[in-house]
Amino acid sequence: MPLETASAVAGKPPAAAPVSRTEARERAARNRKLTVYGARVAVLLAFLGLWEVCARTEVIDPFNFSQPSRIWDQIWQWVTHGTAQGSLGEQIGYTLYEALTGWVIGVIGGVLLGIALGRIRFLADVFGPYIKVLNAIPRIVLAPIFLIWFGLGPASKVASAVVLVFFPVFFNAFQGAREVDRNLVANARILGADNRKVTLQVVIPAATTWIFTSLHVSFGFALIGAIVGEYIGATKGLGLLVAAAQGTFNAAGVYAAMTILAVVALLTEGLLTFAEKKLFRWKPADAGDGR
Amino acid sequence: MNTTPAIELTGATKRFRTPSGALHTAVRDLDLTVAQGEFVAVVGPTGCGKSTTLTLVSGLEEPTEGEVLVYGEPVRGIDPKVGFVFQQDAVFPWRTVLSNVMAGPRFRGVPAAEARERARDWLGRVGLAAFEDRYPHQLSGGMRKRVALAQTFVNDPAILLMDEPFSALDVQTRALMSDQLLELWAGTGSSVVFVTHDLDEAIALADRVVVMTAGPATVKEIFTVDLPRPRTVEAVRLEPRFVELYREIWASLGEEVRITRERGAGRAA
Repeated sequence: MPLETASAVAGKPPAAAPVSRTEARERAARNRKLTVYGARVAVLLAFLGLWEVCARTEVIDPFNFSQPSRIWDQIWQWVTHGTAQGSLGEQIGYTLYEALTGWVIGVIGGVLLGIALGRIRFLADVFGPYIKVLNAIPRIVLAPIFLIWFGLGPASKVASAVVLVFFPVFFNAFQGAREVDRNLVANARILGADNRKVTLQVVIPAATTWIFTSLHVSFGFALIGAIVGEYIGATKGLGLLVAAAQGTFNAAGVYAAMTILAVVALLTEGLLTFAEKKLFRWKPADAGDGR
Repeated sequence: MNTTPAIELTGATKRFRTPSGALHTAVRDLDLTVAQGEFVAVVGPTGCGKSTTLTLVSGLEEPTEGEVLVYGEPVRGIDPKVGFVFQQDAVFPWRTVLSNVMAGPRFRGVPAAEARERARDWLGRVGLAAFEDRYPHQLSGGMRKRVALAQTFVNDPAILLMDEPFSALDVQTRALMSDQLLELWAGTGSSVVFVTHDLDEAIALADRVVVMTAGPATVKEIFTVDLPRPRTVEAVRLEPRFVELYREIWASLGEEVRITRERGAGRAA
């Protein structure tokens, strides 16, 4: 610590040096944060600016690639005047409703079946191969079939969201139920827990970490399921906006719908993270949290 | 008090099927009797099957052959009279300290209010009354072990099985925990089987020390520890009788340790 020695020699109060050093460190951390945010904004602006300039100078074809100002105009028009299918809020509402319903059903089904198969060896042995086969099917191709089965309404989109959500949740719940610390189960049994209590009070809490990992990913899948379903055939929804814009060679409309989707997905993701933090108070804080 | 032994193993044998399909005998033809209120320590070379003996008594595992009796009754499943302290942390990480200690009574259908009262009482006795709202990850290893002790004692077990419970703790904490265990146990009149690889700990705690053979485990020799109670670990270690016992038991145990080590060397070669 040559700095400290130097200040002590200079006759400054000994407490002053560490305090100012803490302050300096705090300021540096704040500055670093600001720099990171600034750089992020700069990257975004550079990207959008380059796109805009290239489109205006016809380096890229604005008809095919559109340009940020047109996309913004499109979004603004949808917000103020509504879309051809009705108000923008209604479209978002439809898509969210389908994605959420599909997600909830898929999650409940996946968790229940995952835990059941993870706990009951016999079930796992019987159903294991079937689940593997079903998982091997690229499930997005089921969307047209659901359209035939359930029609143009929300039901077919909910169904495609469910099949997309179910598998990742199922496999995580299954794995989570399988990998519960054997000591915890043995301890609970010795303390007097019967099988039902072991499942409810040991296996499920222990598996929540696994399940929650899959919830993040699977909400994205639910949105994909709903959008693809709408894209193939629907009367309302963001996917229909994309399809309609594409049908009229309106590239700006496709990008605008994509932008709206991204915002919606980010907001729901944020809500999920918030819920997770509340639920996992018992876990030690990650080392990565201090970022 | 009647004279039925608390635990009686006769000709108990346990074989496992290893993942590769071979049969592994962990415990062979084991005879052991533990009287009511007795503290028995089991020592033996590492991996010889000491822990398996405990799982047989607890009912977590069934013997392949032979009989295991608890208070004269054959063990069928987990006996509510049994408490078990594990080597690794087995407290529930998602429950607070208080809720962890309440778990046993709650599992057994005791009303919440009464369970809480009993849990608080035991938390007080292990010196963790101020920590009841903490989660296990916020505690030190020694404190977590005390939670585990309270969690076990709150069920009032007539038989207490302990599988190297303090082996993960540092030496000072281990001595403190041993003293605390003796204190807690003194009031209960329960029988204890304490598995350890630490001969010091075994002699300091127990009425009798059972030496196991190299695996598959069976009883080699039993030594009676005639040191007066109440004991404190640090003090009892300095008594000449302790050193004498240590030398006697080590003569017996050391041989088994050597056999185990030679086998390991043979396998490595």
